[in-house]
Amino acid sequence: MTIEVKNIVKKFGEFSALDNVDLKVGAGELLALLGPSGSGKTTLLRIIAGLDWPDSGEVSFDGENALSRGASERHVGFVFQHYALFRHMTVFENVAFGLRVQPRAVRKDEASIRARVKELLDLVQLDWLSDRYPSQLSGGQRQRIALARALAIEPRILLLDEPFGALDAKVRKELRQWLRSLHSEIHVTSIFVTHDQEEALEVANRVVVMDRGRIEQIGTPGEVYDNPATAFVHGFIGESIVLPVDVSGNSVRLDGRPLNIATNGAPSGASKLFVRRHDMQIGPAGSGSLEGAVRHVRSFGPIQRAEVTLSGRDGNTVIEIDAPRDRELLPGEIVSLQPRRYRIFAAQD
Amino acid sequence: MSTETTLLPPTTQLRTYAPSADLTVASLPSRREGVRPQAPPSPQNLRTEPGPVRFIIIALAVSFLTVFVVLPLVVVFASAFSKGVMAYLSALAEPEALSAIRLTLLVAAISVSLNLVFGVIAAWAITKFEFSGKTTLITLIDLPFSVSPVISGLVFVLLFGAQGFFGTWLQAHNVHILFAVPGIALATIFVTFPFVARALIPLMQEQGTQEEEAAISLGASGLQTFFRVTLPNIKWGLLYGVLLCNARAMGEFGAVSVVSGHIRGETNTMPLLVEILYNEYQFVASFAIASLLAMLALITLVVKTILERRLDEGQISSDD
Amino acid sequence: MWANLSTAQAGGIVSTEVARRSTLPGFGLTMGLTLTWLSVIILIPLAGLFLRTFELSLDQFWGIVTSRRTLNALKISFGLSFAAALVNLLMGTIIVWALVRYRFPGRRLFDAIVDIPFALPTAVAGVALTQLFAQKGWLGGPLAELGIKVAFTPVGIFVAMVFIGIPFVVRTVQPVLIDLDPEIEEAAASLGASRWHTVFRVILPSLIPALLTGFALAFARAVGEYGSVIFIAGNLPNVSEIAPLLIVIRLSEFRYADATAIAVVMLMASFIIIFAVNRLQRWAQTRIPAH
Repeated sequence: MTIEVKNIVKKFGEFSALDNVDLKVGAGELLALLGPSGSGKTTLLRIIAGLDWPDSGEVSFDGENALSRGASERHVGFVFQHYALFRHMTVFENVAFGLRVQPRAVRKDEASIRARVKELLDLVQLDWLSDRYPSQLSGGQRQRIALARALAIEPRILLLDEPFGALDAKVRKELRQWLRSLHSEIHVTSIFVTHDQEEALEVANRVVVMDRGRIEQIGTPGEVYDNPATAFVHGFIGESIVLPVDVSGNSVRLDGRPLNIATNGAPSGASKLFVRRHDMQIGPAGSGSLEGAVRHVRSFGPIQRAEVTLSGRDGNTVIEIDAPRDRELLPGEIVSLQPRRYRIFAAQD
Repeated sequence: MSTETTLLPPTTQLRTYAPSADLTVASLPSRREGVRPQAPPSPQNLRTEPGPVRFIIIALAVSFLTVFVVLPLVVVFASAFSKGVMAYLSALAEPEALSAIRLTLLVAAISVSLNLVFGVIAAWAITKFEFSGKTTLITLIDLPFSVSPVISGLVFVLLFGAQGFFGTWLQAHNVHILFAVPGIALATIFVTFPFVARALIPLMQEQGTQEEEAAISLGASGLQTFFRVTLPNIKWGLLYGVLLCNARAMGEFGAVSVVSGHIRGETNTMPLLVEILYNEYQFVASFAIASLLAMLALITLVVKTILERRLDEGQISSDD
Repeated sequence: MWANLSTAQAGGIVSTEVARRSTLPGFGLTMGLTLTWLSVIILIPLAGLFLRTFELSLDQFWGIVTSRRTLNALKISFGLSFAAALVNLLMGTIIVWALVRYRFPGRRLFDAIVDIPFALPTAVAGVALTQLFAQKGWLGGPLAELGIKVAFTPVGIFVAMVFIGIPFVVRTVQPVLIDLDPEIEEAAASLGASRWHTVFRVILPSLIPALLTGFALAFARAVGEYGSVIFIAGNLPNVSEIAPLLIVIRLSEFRYADATAIAVVMLMASFIIIFAVNRLQRWAQTRIPAH
């Protein structure tokens, strides 16, 4: 099932939740909608599900207009952030719900329903909880049941709204991997919403980075990390060192001092230099464009993370860099830094 | 807790399942024990009064309540049985008494069932959707609480009485609303209008719309969603509202008195019969009927307390 | 009204304005039914009341309202309700204090019976109180010996109004008192405040909004009360006749206009007073921050 979203606009009063959003999702893809709160990702998800309606725009599934139908007719499986399990029903009844409310004509007989529920509970490895109530389950278990419930109706699309947001870190990690392996088993077109970039990069086939109602970039996790298209994406994904620079002609200057880096076609004017922590080359004093004093060093594994106070700039700029441990840095040491890989974006981006 | 009153009270307070702490003339305040009980102040700690003061306060409270609440209640039963059990039972077996009981039950059944259905519908409309004017709507629903029972009856006389707006039309078509069961039912429906909605609205607001949305996304229709998902979740609140509604419906006096015409054997509810018998000095009979109403009140209170505990528990266990 | 269905041609979908719909179904139906029921049962009857009022000229209205009997009835209703509410304010505070802060045998029982004046049908309360306070009643007798006549006098009205107002102050203040932070008192005590001082300058002020609400509720209820009061009242015009009774009498005389006028005055006066208490509360809340 492919999904196409065109020119979606959604406003809540004055606030623009979605501003002309276009998106295409391929069949069987596992897509992440990633962004900070207020970016519109959940609104977009709910519009696709039919739980919300756009002010204008189109949504189509396999070429057919989806907006003519309500959520109950779109055959979409939705997993809520807080599970939304039916509190007065057992786990079994929760999962069976979608099958039980089907119109008489289509509904399966009780035996088939039972079999299917068992199948799903086996799939999420929780069939031993079949007679419990949601209040008796842990968060992680509830979420898996919510997923089983959504899968029961054999949805063409699976939508997950911050599915692991309410769980603690360890359970989140486990469920992430579990979701990925589940998806590779069942191949349903899936979209999940998250504000956790690690989660998006780890799990998804493609990532859609959103901010303030707009899509900033769509790409594979690798693309989004290595080739961020905008300052927002660079800043949101992974850690970045950001320095205000001025671009004129062929030179890039920081506080008037030229940095020995190519402009790479960046437009003239006030700009921002984005460098990943591990893309700053460290060398002895005098060998690079920037200089600074090491303030503090933390070592873990093969990396040492150093806080460096850049010289000039009133001693107010402290940046964090990651360096290999072939030569241990010492606090107080003066080092040179040279950006190896970097991006320059216009300052108002 | 919001102790704000408004001209007519808002029901959108999440805390209580019973209308309380807002300006409702006839709402039944709830006795919330407090979810987190504190240690009672003991003589050893800094938080209490000296012994004699405590004694006086307790004595005052107890004697006041005894005089003003316990004694009246006891008087009802004492007077009812003052001439023995046989007199009591025969008073209840009188045809007038039986017809009053029948009428009371009928009117209660009508008003409770109608207000139940419409209370649920109103609560659904208010809590599951967003729209402007919600507060106004809730205020309007609460209106009967703020109005004196006599005025509640008056408004129907103004509509359906001989000189009322529809008076001539009704007479021409020989339709009797006042001084007949329909009038009594209408007046009772008016005064009991808010109970079910007010019990449900805070409860349903607290429960939110997520489960309903989940049901819809799984393919359920509106009715299926309501009956399979919403209704089981609100059943205790519903019972609570029905309980209060029924208690008020059976006990209503002022409004019904105005519209009923007091026609013996026909348009007397139990409270009205109590009045008539009392005014005729038939004390045993009067208090016999009164004792039935008093027992209803006591049972209502007991069940209400149980339900309140259920509702509190439900709230605690559903806090994920 | 729905999204334009000129759609779903192969690959070509016409972009349209999508109508505003809600997630959950049934808005139209349930709102419609709600508004209809509301109108039939409440709005139309009340509109009738106000329409009838406007049939009177201002002079007529004023004449009715300021007639001697009407004024006295209003005075009695409002005056005695106010006094009764004050008593309930005082006793309610004492009762709620004892119920929340102390432990004594039978506490739970007494806590439960606070609701009785509210749950008991008004006619039952009326006859019970009359029986109790009549000349030969359990309380009326001893009081008569002391020369105090309760039943069939304004004092009886007052007693009935106190009875029905009991739950309002208690139940309104109770949750607030329960939730009161013990640390506030401990802080006051540790700073050297006497118990008296702590109670009257620290605790009670923070209860003022709830107390005022309870007072207003008790007052409003007493003003409109009919069933509990008319048995024990003497119902003598100008002496022990309450306003609701006068309305009933006027109705039985088919003097609809009079009845309506009095009713409107009662409604307006109640609303004004409640409004004033509202303001008072808000003022109190700014002076003493609520918990």
